[in-house]
Amino acid sequence: MQDVGSHSAAGTLAGAPSPEETWWRAAARTAFPFLVVGALWELVARLAIFPPRLFPSLEVVASAFVRLTLSGVLPHHALDTLLRLLAGFTLAAVAGIAIGIVMGRFRLAEDMLLPLVSMGAPIPGIAYAPLFLLWFGLGNVSAVLLVGFVSAFPVIFNTWTGVKAVKEVWVRSAMAMGADDRRLFGKVILPGALPYILTGLRLGLAQAWRILVGVEMLAAVPWGLGWMIFGAREFLNTDVMLAGVVVIGAIGLALEKLVFQRLEHYTVVRWGMMT
Amino acid sequence: MTATAERTRSMRRAAVSLLLAAATYECVARSGVFPPALLPTLPAVGRALADGILDGSLPAHAASTLYRVLFGMSLAVVVGLPLGILMGRFRHVEGFFLPLASALMPIPSLAWVPVFILWFGLGNATAIGIVFYAALFPMLLNAWSGVRAVNPLWLRAAGAMGADERALFWKVIVPGAFPFLVTGLRQAFLRAWIAVVGAEMLAASDWGLGWVIFDAKEFLRADVMLASLAVIGAIGFLVERLAFGTLERATVQRWGMVREVKS
Repeated sequence: MQDVGSHSAAGTLAGAPSPEETWWRAAARTAFPFLVVGALWELVARLAIFPPRLFPSLEVVASAFVRLTLSGVLPHHALDTLLRLLAGFTLAAVAGIAIGIVMGRFRLAEDMLLPLVSMGAPIPGIAYAPLFLLWFGLGNVSAVLLVGFVSAFPVIFNTWTGVKAVKEVWVRSAMAMGADDRRLFGKVILPGALPYILTGLRLGLAQAWRILVGVEMLAAVPWGLGWMIFGAREFLNTDVMLAGVVVIGAIGLALEKLVFQRLEHYTVVRWGMMT
Repeated sequence: MTATAERTRSMRRAAVSLLLAAATYECVARSGVFPPALLPTLPAVGRALADGILDGSLPAHAASTLYRVLFGMSLAVVVGLPLGILMGRFRHVEGFFLPLASALMPIPSLAWVPVFILWFGLGNATAIGIVFYAALFPMLLNAWSGVRAVNPLWLRAAGAMGADERALFWKVIVPGAFPFLVTGLRQAFLRAWIAVVGAEMLAASDWGLGWVIFDAKEFLRADVMLASLAVIGAIGFLVERLAFGTLERATVQRWGMVREVKS
């Protein structure tokens, strides 16, 4: 054991001469694979193996991106998609946490709701899309409701698990120290279940994001990134599509890195419940 | 209260709850508040399901959906598994592919549907491509983290006992990473199942459960939709429970690597 420790310590010392250079080298190492793939793409595009309309060069994609951004079309699409995501996800978070907590706290609610929830969960959310379109019409209402409905499942399951995972000892000692129901809930159960609830929200948001793009294609909403790339297909605008896909990926990454890792950092990590 | 009594009470309540939900639905459907084309009664849905199964159309649709899922997932396993293992074993491979995977992963597979339609045309190739994309990343990342999670002490112990590279790989690394591989397959199937339904709706191709649902919308056949939804849910549930449950029991649980989940 000892030689492992000293070896790794020596390794990090030798591998890190100064923080600046490691930062620079790490950035270069991350950029390298993208350069290789970009060069390959460019090569295939320039050799015109495929029609350039279908396989545009990176330059064309970048100029489409700049053009659409400057004209305000792309930001408008992105904003509408984000608003729809926010609306659907808020719905899912509020309803999901409430149902999950009730299921975790009351045996009757658990027995009654669990079979319904577990019956709905294994059906892929996008499969409900035509049904929702039929019931609520084309457009925003269907899209938001479907996103909310689909992303509620992971929130419900994780909240329920989290509330049940709160240690019985904590509940009893809080009660022994004279906590009433409200304080028991606010000071013991909610913080105890929070790591699970956050996991559920995270999974729910990821699910919402994955479904939303597809729903926008089906629901014929006037604005939205999914609609933009689906509409671009009609005119063989592969450059617009790829620019849209890049934006979708960037938003997905930002949601994960900026929203949830930060939220987790401020709550459960600070309280010492997770590292 | 004893555990068995509690269980029977839970079962009874579950049955009551399902019956209650069905009865409520039936009452609303029969009350005529909503048009019956949009909210069919349960017998109508049952009839649509029976008709579809008896005339052979639903099984045929299900078969073509399953074919796409299996084809795409096999491709994902063939590519993702070796690549993930290589990423776990060699720093350079990891350094090259990990940034690429992290950049592609947040893009939902359905976002590629229009692009794939242009590249591969409507039909099977597009759906299989989407399934491949959806299943690849769970497979890749789980193989990668599985190999990295193998206890280094085991590797050293095996090395000290004279295991060569091949024995090390088959006797230590693969069994050690196996729980992760099973998880990867499971997640890959879940993603693939969502992706295939979406791809079939968007890249309309005459066959497939997703296409049936989407097509039924044109004819206001909510009963057909609900029947296909039931089939989609049932297949997903069966594959998850039977295929992956069996796989897990036969391998990692028998090897004692994860404990059986008590229910």
